Amino acid sequence: MNLTAFTALVRRDLRLFFMDRRAVVMAFAAPILIASFFGYLFGGVSNSGAASKIKVAAVDEDASTVSRGIITALAGDQSLEVQIRALEEARESVRTGKTAVAIVFPKGFAEGAARALYRRDQPRPEVPLLYDPSHATEMQMVRGILTQHVMEAVTTESMSAKSVDDSLRELDKTAEMDPADKTALRNMLTEIQKWSRRSPAGPARSGFNMPYTVRDEAVTAHKGTPYNSMAHSFAGMCVQFILFMGIDTGMVMLYQRRSGLWKRLRAAPLSRFVLIGSRAVSSALIAMIIMLAVFGFARVVFGVRIEGSFAGMAGVCAAFALMTAAFGLLVSVVGKTPEATRGIAILVTLILVMLGGSWVPTFIFPQWLQNATFAVPTRWAVDGLDAMIWRGLPFGAAVGPIAAMLGFAAAFGAVAVWRFRWEA
Amino acid sequence: MLEVSSLHKRYGDLVAVEEVSFTVRPGEMVGLLGPNGAGKTTTVSMIAGLLQPDRGEVRIEGSAVRRETDPVKRRIGLVPQELALHDELSARENLALFGALYAIKGAELRRTMGEAFEIAGLTDRAADRVATFSGGMKRRLNLAAALLHSPSILLLDEPTVGVDPQSRNAIFSNLEELKSQGKTLVYTTHYMEEAERLCDRVIIIDHGKVIASGTLDEVRRLVPATNVLEIEVENPGMDGWCGELRALKGVDSAELAGSTLRVTVRDLVRQSPDVLGWLRDHGYRCSHIASQRADLETVFLALTGRSVRNQ
Repeated sequence: MNLTAFTALVRRDLRLFFMDRRAVVMAFAAPILIASFFGYLFGGVSNSGAASKIKVAAVDEDASTVSRGIITALAGDQSLEVQIRALEEARESVRTGKTAVAIVFPKGFAEGAARALYRRDQPRPEVPLLYDPSHATEMQMVRGILTQHVMEAVTTESMSAKSVDDSLRELDKTAEMDPADKTALRNMLTEIQKWSRRSPAGPARSGFNMPYTVRDEAVTAHKGTPYNSMAHSFAGMCVQFILFMGIDTGMVMLYQRRSGLWKRLRAAPLSRFVLIGSRAVSSALIAMIIMLAVFGFARVVFGVRIEGSFAGMAGVCAAFALMTAAFGLLVSVVGKTPEATRGIAILVTLILVMLGGSWVPTFIFPQWLQNATFAVPTRWAVDGLDAMIWRGLPFGAAVGPIAAMLGFAAAFGAVAVWRFRWEA
Repeated sequence: MLEVSSLHKRYGDLVAVEEVSFTVRPGEMVGLLGPNGAGKTTTVSMIAGLLQPDRGEVRIEGSAVRRETDPVKRRIGLVPQELALHDELSARENLALFGALYAIKGAELRRTMGEAFEIAGLTDRAADRVATFSGGMKRRLNLAAALLHSPSILLLDEPTVGVDPQSRNAIFSNLEELKSQGKTLVYTTHYMEEAERLCDRVIIIDHGKVIASGTLDEVRRLVPATNVLEIEVENPGMDGWCGELRALKGVDSAELAGSTLRVTVRDLVRQSPDVLGWLRDHGYRCSHIASQRADLETVFLALTGRSVRNQ
């Protein structure tokens, strides 16, 4: 092999790449900027930043002690920002996107809820939740929080002495109820009445409480090591922009063919391995340099650490770099002209990074799609980087992604060599 | 010595090169002439090993190119039609890269680069980026890049396209110097006057076939018409009437380009009055008449019925 030519071609590719300001900005600055942005959005470093609250409008048509208590409790929830509004005002606020969810407590809500608490035969009051369809997830969250506060407020009210007295009186008037049920319910209400009167703190303490509390713990590489969402976003964006660099290397080969440089290369006594291999090696080196720079930035600025195997991380990076190089070669055989190739290559790359979980984690996908994404090389790259960076897994966890990416590299390379137009 | 035997290349239904054979000796420059698409570049590409012929063989100094890494390829220097240079790099970096393709490095590389820059007249611009060069300077560098490994055979594919007269003359001088050094040169062009100035022999190709070859005198003798009448027609009107003119006895070809009518005739004294009479009878007015000896352009016209540059 003509090693002089091989190294000269690799050096040339590296020099041309680093001389191209646009390529350098796209390869280094763009992933850092976008990864920082996404990382901040998805929690930032250690979740220390104040998360934005869900804007909720409360419409109190009931104007009861219960409804006011619920609204006060909702307003005290750290996830919500509650404003009291009239019904039409609340609806307009949701429609215009200023409020995510509006909760409407209808007239008679407290009474109806208290009755329905003990009696299945009583109609349950309906609480309309008006929500912005683009905030469906927030609506589910509000529904859960509301349930908690409604249960606490309604049971507190229902177990007050006055309320139990009212319930007993109403029970006496009821004729349709099964006598045995009636007796059982009367006994229960009587006991609640006694317990409520015995409670030293008065009726306010007599309702149901949430029978548990929750302690959140993000399970990361090591106990006490907070999750750093920058780790995933930097991995994802690194994968995306390195693939873009791969496209550029494919484009360069097409431009060289057009400019006659390919003729000059082919006229020299060089093997196909030197011509193609030098290009693959230079692409892989550039990919490694980009990863080093981007993850170096993440380490210094955002404290993203490699919590897992360092050797595994190096292996994943090297395998991804080789896969990118092969992808670039594949791009160079897709179309005959750079113009025809660029658009389709960018589209394919965006689909690959989207399915690979570079933008959003793959667990958000439906199960069938999650399974399908194992056929996408970027999925292995992102999973491998996640495993080595923030999940803190050992080298063994990198073997699968490394093997998969090397397999893709071999497949892409084989197709590229098979379809390559050697004749100039 | 370059020997080309029965080269044949087909792309689907299109026969790009058909049974092309010729030999070029050391110290000789042979011109491959023909219009665009005639098959000149395809022929050169097969000689350089860029294209695999369907049939036929190329022998360089008696050896055929058997594989891509065949050392015999070192004896070929290719000057592509395109400016095969990296604009972003300096002239020196370009030559260093192209030298490395032939495993030239160190002191040898510095020496050969110095010689190549000297030939191209670019020694004082060696450190400058190619992007800052004029078209002529790039052409000269394009030529210099093919000389680094001291090839014995130089393939020049339209090396003067888009070049200013000064650079063109510089390139011509370079080629004459290389010829005097005993190098074998193959020069493709559709500029007939370049071939007339530089080449010892010419091979005229059209539609992939050799239609004439030999020294300039031999080729000129292939056509009976040795004189050309150039007539400026004041009212040429629509093209299409040249066919009637060609039907006149003693007229070998007639072609109208703009308002200039070029008619090749075998006997200037006899056929000139016939041509002028035909024009008068058909209502065409002439503002100027000149005659000249048949050149390669005329030969091509006579052999094919078409002008090289109108393709």
